Amino acid sequence: MSRINRRSILFRALALGAVSTLPACDYEDPNHPDLADKFLHAMSAWNDRVQQALFDPNTLAPTFRPDQITNPPRFNAFYDISEAPVVDPASYQLALGGQIQDKTPWSLAAINALPQTSQITRLICVEGWRVIGQWGGVPLGDFLRRVGADLTCKYVSFQCADGYYSSIDMPSALHPQTILATSFLGAPLTPPFGAPIRLRIPTKLGFKNPKSVTQIAVTNIYPGGYWEDQGYNWFSGS
Amino acid sequence: MQRPPAKRRAIHPWPLRLTHWLNALAIVMMIGSGWQIYDASPLFGFTFPPLFTIGGWLGAAIAWHLAFMWLLVVNGILYFGWAGASGHFKKFFPLTPRAVLRDLRAAFSFNLRHQAGVYNAVQKLLYLGVLLAGVVIVISGLAIWKPVQLWFFADLLGGYVTARYVHFFAMAAIAGFLIIHIALVILVPKSLPPMITGGRLEP
Repeated sequence: MSRINRRSILFRALALGAVSTLPACDYEDPNHPDLADKFLHAMSAWNDRVQQALFDPNTLAPTFRPDQITNPPRFNAFYDISEAPVVDPASYQLALGGQIQDKTPWSLAAINALPQTSQITRLICVEGWRVIGQWGGVPLGDFLRRVGADLTCKYVSFQCADGYYSSIDMPSALHPQTILATSFLGAPLTPPFGAPIRLRIPTKLGFKNPKSVTQIAVTNIYPGGYWEDQGYNWFSGS
Repeated sequence: MQRPPAKRRAIHPWPLRLTHWLNALAIVMMIGSGWQIYDASPLFGFTFPPLFTIGGWLGAAIAWHLAFMWLLVVNGILYFGWAGASGHFKKFFPLTPRAVLRDLRAAFSFNLRHQAGVYNAVQKLLYLGVLLAGVVIVISGLAIWKPVQLWFFADLLGGYVTARYVHFFAMAAIAGFLIIHIALVILVPKSLPPMITGGRLEP
């Protein structure tokens, strides 16, 4: 779609009955925002602030019975299931960065030796559908405290083996249901579902649950995300 | 209406006109972007053609939807506040099924006279219905947007999945209202200018 088509789309939006011309606005070029993009970015930033105010660290996401688990599980990513990254669990290292005191990388065995938790929760995709699954692993808050992360920082960012990246706010990172998941449906994670370690955060939408995490960093510099940088709302809380 | 007004009153007072047109903008944007969002994960065996959707892709559609929801809600609060304080809601009552049937029959035989400033029984029913749909669509929308933090809205509607269906049917009700509403304006064109200028009631 040409830039000229996208220009002044907001004014066309204001013209009632111009619905059929509106598909031209597509938020497609983050580096060259037009008026509509700037408006949408401003509203999205406002919605981030509203969601931060609405977030209650004591409100838990609903949990479900084992018989409510979605079976078979649903794969979803920005690539085909055959392209899911395969990480060797024996040589896997979780790197740490940013405002963390002890940045020694973690092996999968060392993470598995930490106190574990398990949850049957609902994953809601930004598209609207939802699945229920069981995830087990280490509470992210416990892990961040253990490695001496600066909990006053604003963001926790994640880099993944498949090139995906995302970031969450610190209060959500410290929520008791936010975990570094190593198991899914009672067995170790498999590559399509984020082996060997993924973030599981039932207080946010599915795309805020990065898979095959290879690095965690704590920072005050906004890290963005794969989908967030294309226009999806950053906070995307549930 | 008991006291004779000092001057001729507007058919539609300015707060009504303002909130009406702001609402029209909000509804067009919300339905257009909502249809694009629906298409990402359809509830039924159909999708909305791209020609009638707003955003072009899911990310932009959500951005439009969550931007204009503020206009819909803030404008809705202003309307309900004004309507409650000014006694506007009195125009919707009394409303009896008998009167609705009578006016419906008259309407279909083209014998229902348009009386400026007075709602007939069918209008009363349709306006009350679309206001109810407006409340339901906001509550179900909040249940879908925040099923964890605003869990009480999701619970009220029977959960997240049901809330999506409720949201869809509330949209369908509003879209159905719009078809009738616009068709009636086309049939009775003199009803349109007062919604822009306010018009004047004969004393």
